[in-house]
Amino acid sequence: MASKPDLNAPYPYARDKRCPLDLPPQIAETRNDDGMQQVTLWNGNKAWLATRWEDVRTILSSPDISSDAEKANYPAVSASRSAQAKSYKTIFTMDPPVHGQYRRTLTKDFAFKRMQELRPMIEEALNSLYDQMEQGGKPADFVEAVALPLPSLVVSMLLGVPYSDREALQEWSRNRMALDTSPEVVQDSAKKMGEYFDRLFAEKEALYSDKSKNPGDPADLVSRLAVEQILPGHITRLDAVLMCNILYIAGHETTANQIGFGLLGLLTKPEQKANMLQSDESVKNGVEEMLRYYSVVHLHSPRVCTKDMIVGGQEIKAGDGVFALLSGANRDPKHYDDPDAFDVTRNAIPHMAFGFGIHQCIGQSLARLELQILFESVFKRFPNLKLAVPEESLEYKENATVYGLKTLPVTW
Amino acid sequence: MRVIVHSEKCIGSGRCTELAGSVFDQGEDDGIVVLVSPKPSDDQREAVRDAVQSCPVSAIEIVED
Repeated sequence: MASKPDLNAPYPYARDKRCPLDLPPQIAETRNDDGMQQVTLWNGNKAWLATRWEDVRTILSSPDISSDAEKANYPAVSASRSAQAKSYKTIFTMDPPVHGQYRRTLTKDFAFKRMQELRPMIEEALNSLYDQMEQGGKPADFVEAVALPLPSLVVSMLLGVPYSDREALQEWSRNRMALDTSPEVVQDSAKKMGEYFDRLFAEKEALYSDKSKNPGDPADLVSRLAVEQILPGHITRLDAVLMCNILYIAGHETTANQIGFGLLGLLTKPEQKANMLQSDESVKNGVEEMLRYYSVVHLHSPRVCTKDMIVGGQEIKAGDGVFALLSGANRDPKHYDDPDAFDVTRNAIPHMAFGFGIHQCIGQSLARLELQILFESVFKRFPNLKLAVPEESLEYKENATVYGLKTLPVTW
Repeated sequence: MRVIVHSEKCIGSGRCTELAGSVFDQGEDDGIVVLVSPKPSDDQREAVRDAVQSCPVSAIEIVED
């Protein structure tokens, strides 16, 4: 590296434009130091930055670390993210025991075997997206044509949201996840999204309260929550609305960006593509490496320490804000040999791409399945698939909590 | 090798069921871990270890008798 990175730069650090897939240079610079780096945020507040595998794991599984955004010093990476975290209490910002009660209302819907039952539906949706991309002619933007619509279709189907409403829902989601939207726009989008799901629940509750309508067993998550949770009074409609907001947001852009990056990896590294496409097992293994290497949740998880403790040789005090960096843990040289190399043959699990501890991604089995199905099929359907532009010209979503490619122009 | 699960800790990540499906399952009604085979055979040893490592809330324990 030519010069030392600026450790006093505000967090989040910028990535080096010459290597946009590697972590910001400050992380590599400090991760072997004793203790933890203390970073300065947009509002002048300080937070600890945990970047090592062991430290991230310790923080995310400690009972003395809180996710409550109401706590002083709860760290946020921008004004809009602070507004987002504080405007609504969601499962992301709950602590035990309430967190567990909420999470358990959703766990069966995302159980591993239940997700596997979705395979035929996901394959069908994907095939029709491939058809449309082919009919649209080459070159095509793979992000727009396949990577974004696939998870969007799947999450819509799972929740019972009409797919035709996706444009509004995606815009609200994007506004809520961007780093540079104004807090007013974040709150407005959160409000509109809340009103959208409120209407949907109101309809389902009315439908299922009226026996004469004979609606049958609930076929989607919104209907199920209405019947099993809201109508018997276990949770309120607002609770259910907030859950669905989060599931929609978390369920599409994360997977979409992971698909785009994974495909980029295979298109730019032919030897990795050959290694990955040996068998369904090698695809599965390669997907785990994609999750590790291209960790799209790249800036945090935000937490507040509730008891003095020592993590990674660093004393942190009750009341201190902490970011546990999933992307940092996944590139820790103490945990992975040659961590900045994308190698689909390595054993990447257990990685931290879905987080760790009680807040670990509830949709991980679904995300894995979508990725596996996509990479099993994409080169069978388009054997000559290749980048339509030089890799150096690709643009990255730098202003979002979920990292990704803006577009991925391909031809075949 | 004996396996113990602490279902009160479980958050239903499903990793154990995916990695060692003959040893672990998830309840139909709640998605919470169900121990199918408390004494897994030797050929399951590695899969069970992966499941222990991958469980996000340390809800699985191995006891070597």
